[in-house]
Amino acid sequence: MRVLALVKRIFQQMMRDKRALALMMIAPLLILTLLDYLLSSNEVTPRLGVHHTDESLIEQLENMDVTVRQYDELSNIQPVIIDDDLDGFLSMEGENIQFTLKNANPSTAKALKMKVQQAVAAENAKEQANKLSLFIREIQDKVPGGLNKLEQAKAPVIDTAYIYGNKDTTFFDQLSPILVGYFVFFFVFLISGIALLRERTTGTLDRLLATPIQRRDIVFGYLLGYGLFAIIQTIIVVFYAVKILDIMLVGSLWNVIMINLTIALVALSLGILLSAFANSEFQMMQFIPIAIIPQIFFAGIFPVDGMADWLQFIAKGMPMYYAGNALVDVMYKGLGLSDIMVDLLVLLGFALVFIILNIITLKKYRKI
Amino acid sequence: MASTIVIKDVCKSFGKKTVLNNISLTVESGQIYGLIGPSGSGKTTLVKLIVGMDRPSQGDIQVLDTPVPNLNLLQKIGYMAQADALYTDLTGEENLSFFASLFKLNKKDQKERISYAANLVNLTPHLKKRVQDYSGGMKRRLSLAVALIQDPQVLILDEPTVGIDPELRQSIWAEIHRLKASGKTILVTTHVMDEAEKCDRLAMVRDGEVLTSGTPAELKERYNITSLEEVFLKAGGNKG
Ligand SMILES: Nc1ncnc2c1ncn2[C@@H]1O[C@H](COP(=O)(O)OP(=O)(O)OP(=O)(O)O)[C@@H](O)[C@H]1O
Ligand SMILES: [Mg+2]
Repeated sequence: MRVLALVKRIFQQMMRDKRALALMMIAPLLILTLLDYLLSSNEVTPRLGVHHTDESLIEQLENMDVTVRQYDELSNIQPVIIDDDLDGFLSMEGENIQFTLKNANPSTAKALKMKVQQAVAAENAKEQANKLSLFIREIQDKVPGGLNKLEQAKAPVIDTAYIYGNKDTTFFDQLSPILVGYFVFFFVFLISGIALLRERTTGTLDRLLATPIQRRDIVFGYLLGYGLFAIIQTIIVVFYAVKILDIMLVGSLWNVIMINLTIALVALSLGILLSAFANSEFQMMQFIPIAIIPQIFFAGIFPVDGMADWLQFIAKGMPMYYAGNALVDVMYKGLGLSDIMVDLLVLLGFALVFIILNIITLKKYRKI
Repeated sequence: MASTIVIKDVCKSFGKKTVLNNISLTVESGQIYGLIGPSGSGKTTLVKLIVGMDRPSQGDIQVLDTPVPNLNLLQKIGYMAQADALYTDLTGEENLSFFASLFKLNKKDQKERISYAANLVNLTPHLKKRVQDYSGGMKRRLSLAVALIQDPQVLILDEPTVGIDPELRQSIWAEIHRLKASGKTILVTTHVMDEAEKCDRLAMVRDGEVLTSGTPAELKERYNITSLEEVFLKAGGNKG
């Protein structure tokens, strides 16, 4: 009964606080939309200046989505690259190839370097092949009676199959499940943590503890009250991501919602736990770089398997590691409930530990 | 008469700092008991121990023959904190009904108690307003109403009349006397000497110790003076 009274009050307060409500419900959508546009926008076509270069190589490069601009005269490469806003410059003096990269943006530079290398290698191979067949023809002409015809080696065609995703999968497709979970985590943490903090700093927590309410009722009231909003937020974020942004969802939508609700529960219990160790909203903010931001690094954006042992050890202590794992499993790989069970159970374990710690921490304010 | 609040040899320290030193006092049932003392003397600390929000470092406290702290006891204690602890984003009525629902009251009783308490502190016309739009005195009155909401047997009021105009202060004291008449026990802390006169018994607290206690008349007689203010200065002076 007392839990319900608390839930009702939280509901009333939240409905009055339009900004907090907007932060929880709309902010994640804005960020997701922005990221969607940023990460799935087409790659930039690199611009390459060339000098003394074969027509066929230029053709190769243009087929690879490189904008090629030819220069006849060439004095100093560096100012040309900068003035004409090129990403690189290729000049050939006979066998000598001089390749200059601007490297203003390392990822563009890398892509261009790869393309140039491929094109040069392909060009080289074609030349080799031509020379070889010429050579063979000459030998055949000289040998009386002729040799058996040499079979021309055909360039192998690689037929690529994908277990997860397809050839159009972008980085965002793999990232988005993690981001959906992370935003739920972040905003639920922030709002529930600050709410309990305010309860403490305005003295109402003390006042509350001068009534016959039990400590665990306060914790459950908060979990349930903010949990309701977290559920609404989760559903809005997940539906928006899947139905409107058209984020890849191979597995079941219900599993996604279930994972996110578990994340919300962890965030809620962590938020109200940490708020006990903050004396102001600002101190609550100080937990964000310590407890919240690092979580995203271990959520699967960078492959955890490749990390140093001690980093992997840290990763396993982070709720978002399991959450990211489960979300990628369902949304990207299309796995089912049995595959994410362990992750879900670990997350619930986190929540349980935080809830118990919460009940203990409140002892600071009333001994019974 | 049974003793409602019994405090025996209570000490309280925060870290190394001793805030209450060997306090013993007894509040009889149906009394208005006043704790007076200067700022920082430990009144609020003592009151919090009685409510059970903190534990004494030493000594025992019993309220209604039950050792403190005890959850069921809190049902019978109405506490008004020194600092207003209200939900400012809610209306007065929502505050009252929230606290009412934390006590064992059925719906009908809740309604009655809310209108009784609001009426008592003259807040009925302002119940639909948000507390953030209240004046300081209105918030104080709402805090008092919250303390009365569950019709408690024991009232513990920490400086209830600070920031309240004289007229309303009169009416609040009149109500305190009415509550006493209906058998409640009331513990009040105050700085204001003319309020001390209205108590049945007084304890003067200074630096965490009870300097002297008795009825207002006894105290005046003991120090051979006419106003309590002088008693206060004299008792303190004797010590220092
Ligand atoms: N939680 C605490 N930690 C450390 N010291 C405390 C704590 N609470 C109170 N004190 C100290 O105890 C002393 C008594 O404080 P208390 O609030 O009981 O005084 P008071 O008599 O109520 O004063 P006032 O009339 O100004 O309300 C003060 O010196 C205060 O600094
Ligand atoms: Mg005080």
